[in-house]
Amino acid sequence: MLRYIARRLLLTVPLLVGISLISFLMMHMAPGGPIGAGTDMNPKATAESRARLQAYYGLDQPLHVQYGRWLGRMATLDFGDSFSPDGRPVAEKIKERIPITLTINVLSMGLIFLVAVPVGVYSAVRRGSLFDRISTVAVFTGFAIPTFWLALLMMILFGVKLGWLPISGISSMDFDSLGTLGKIADRGRHLVLPVLLAGFGGLAGMSRYMRSNMLEVIRQDYIATARAKGLPERTVVFRHAMRNALLPVITILGLSVPDLLGGSVIFETIFAIPGMGQLFYQGVMSRDYPLIMGILTIGAFLTLLGNLLADVGYALADPRIRQG
Amino acid sequence: MGRDFAHRLLRNRLAAAGGAVILFFFLVSALPGLFASHEPNRIDIVNILRPPSAAHPLGTDDLGRDVLARVVHGARVSLKVGFVAVGIATALGLLVGLLSGFYGGWVDAVLMRFVDMMLCFPTFFLILSVIAFLEPSIWNIMAVIGLTGWMGVARLVRAETLSIKERDFVAAARAQGAGDARIIFRHVLPNTLAPILVAATLGVAGAILTESALSFLGIGVQPPTPSWGNILTAGKDNIEYAWWLSLFPGLAILVTVLGYNLLGEGIRDAADPRLKGR
Repeated sequence: MLRYIARRLLLTVPLLVGISLISFLMMHMAPGGPIGAGTDMNPKATAESRARLQAYYGLDQPLHVQYGRWLGRMATLDFGDSFSPDGRPVAEKIKERIPITLTINVLSMGLIFLVAVPVGVYSAVRRGSLFDRISTVAVFTGFAIPTFWLALLMMILFGVKLGWLPISGISSMDFDSLGTLGKIADRGRHLVLPVLLAGFGGLAGMSRYMRSNMLEVIRQDYIATARAKGLPERTVVFRHAMRNALLPVITILGLSVPDLLGGSVIFETIFAIPGMGQLFYQGVMSRDYPLIMGILTIGAFLTLLGNLLADVGYALADPRIRQG
Repeated sequence: MGRDFAHRLLRNRLAAAGGAVILFFFLVSALPGLFASHEPNRIDIVNILRPPSAAHPLGTDDLGRDVLARVVHGARVSLKVGFVAVGIATALGLLVGLLSGFYGGWVDAVLMRFVDMMLCFPTFFLILSVIAFLEPSIWNIMAVIGLTGWMGVARLVRAETLSIKERDFVAAARAQGAGDARIIFRHVLPNTLAPILVAATLGVAGAILTESALSFLGIGVQPPTPSWGNILTAGKDNIEYAWWLSLFPGLAILVTVLGYNLLGEGIRDAADPRLKGR
């Protein structure tokens, strides 16, 4: 097992290098370049002072030297300072925003798993039943609904018309005056809609996926064997079929990281949640290049981590993989 | 493929319904005047945020513009973005996939590692970053969605090519003296068309969703040009007073995307009946 993990880790090294290369080149594509933003509009900036700044930031060096230095800074999570008025280090800004984004995404992954697996299994076992047909329609609709639109509708229904749930931020005005339990309840109420919506996109895909896995497994010979032995249907479905159908789901959960991260930009903006997605959106709107590149790199890193966890999880669950 | 394929496709009621929806929106984009009598950009300060009525079947927005007219004219934007973006993605994916699968070796290794790297970036992050560097405009949106969406097609085409190039008819063509280009374009490419068509149809749906999300966030199609996404932005700004601004453009997106998805699934089933219902 350890050897498998080591080999898998080794495979990610060239990918990491590739990601950093693409990020670096993209940053160099940026119009104006890093100096331009500070000096283009400044009438006092002479050609000489510009050259001095270029030298100061190492921009007069050949590209590969610059890349090497940049890589060194990336390795220590030094993404430079934000262009925004506060001018704080990008790494610091991301660090304070990332927990809320990860919390919401982990919760919604849990939700996806808890809902999609039973729905998929039941649809497959009762293929063609009313439940199967309704869930199929629901899945297709789910694929086609723009999440941000659903968010708007839910805000109108639960926030504006019914007034059950708050529609903005992650805590109420009186948050600090609440007791511990009150704080938890308040935070929970604020997170209901975002978590539901973050998970929504994955829900349809995952239950469809689970259904087709189940259908595939049920056709296998060992299921026929289990039935022929006279095992109760319940045991056949849950012990023999579902456990095998669940294996690829681990992979899909790991692969869903980039979609969840991308989605967080949308729902964090809609619900005014101070997470990494909202920070990224603000960065894009104000052309805060260091911030954009920092979050892009972190996003790629998290995706890579998701893939890695998926592979390791799969290997843990399926002995055929780690020996192969 | 051929007549048998068309027959199976038309017999699939869901796929036919999807096709009908797509045709309907083609018609709407081609002849917007037939479906909306108002001008999409005519501001009417007297009639701001009016609920649906006989004069304005879908109500008016925060500048008094007719929502029906804006939704109808927005159809053209969605269609254009969907098709151009998918065109770019499919062309690139085909090129990379064919080269990679046909030549193998280091060409394959380099191209596929590049695909792996591209797939590591959350697509929406990548699109947003590139848009931040460029100006948000409909052309940039199409290009960026296309340039970040070709990896799936490339993998698909590569896999198909790998199996097709080992078939006997390719060996026969080679024996008759056909060159690489002829084999790739006359023998391999036509046999990858079915899965590509499926991927492209589903891709249009994805591109329309992405465009609407970008326009909703204010970094896609810029007002006053109407797009389903940027009408929804006004819906969000007036969420407490005007539900119709949020409801109708979203419905248009939902129905269109559903149409492409159903047609795509239908094409898949018709091309390979063994996969039906999976």
